[in-house]
Amino acid sequence: MSKSDPSAPKRLALIASKGTLDWAYPPFILASAAGAMGWEVGIFFTFYGLTLLKPQLSAAVTPVGNPAMPMKMPFGSESFQNINWPIPQMIMTNVPGFNALATTLMKQTFENKGVASIEELRQSCVDLDVRLIGCQMTMDVFGFKREDFIKEAEIGGAATFLEYASEADVQLFI
Amino acid sequence: MTDIIKEDQILDCSGLLCPMPIVNVSKAIKELQSGQILKMIATDAGSPPDIEAWSRQTGNELLRSLTEDGKFVFFLKKK
Repeated sequence: MSKSDPSAPKRLALIASKGTLDWAYPPFILASAAGAMGWEVGIFFTFYGLTLLKPQLSAAVTPVGNPAMPMKMPFGSESFQNINWPIPQMIMTNVPGFNALATTLMKQTFENKGVASIEELRQSCVDLDVRLIGCQMTMDVFGFKREDFIKEAEIGGAATFLEYASEADVQLFI
Repeated sequence: MTDIIKEDQILDCSGLLCPMPIVNVSKAIKELQSGQILKMIATDAGSPPDIEAWSRQTGNELLRSLTEDGKFVFFLKKK
């Protein structure tokens, strides 16, 4: 369907270029929200974003290089949970397993607050007929095969996305 | 005094944050017939503007929104 058809629904075209837990949220939130509003939605997964199409998601988050990331605990009293722990970058960088800890804490905090998991949001996107397009070039570069991704994914290149985005009302690079 | 609105279906989205309230509303409204009314309850502070936007975008009319026991309550009529 194209915009030359006045009855066509609005369209959202997203590029998801990052594969960390924090950056996995925006494309799936916006895509499922737009799908819920009856829009046509397509997400082009490229570079590290491509890993978000794997059946088992392993998106993690790292405090290193994310100086604005709040370090908070998902348990204890509300005042305890609101403490932003001033952990030096030296420690976060050098303590083994710190990224795994930060990932666990973020997931638990999100769950406690009522934020859906990435898995749930992706399934909502699938249920809402969001097009999930994996980047062929990235697959070749990183050595991924079609069967490495969920069956709902389709594969395409830059031209595939650009043609879709050229008819979109909203286009975002994430 | 406002008239009582009789809902055909109730959807409780208490405790859920964006975007799940509108994702669940869109699912629930698909189960209804045209003209039927969905009562939706939410605690997400972003839901009042989001439900209004969802209503405008989908054409399903927001008949009324109110707060009840600290929760947001919306009555939506399927177009």
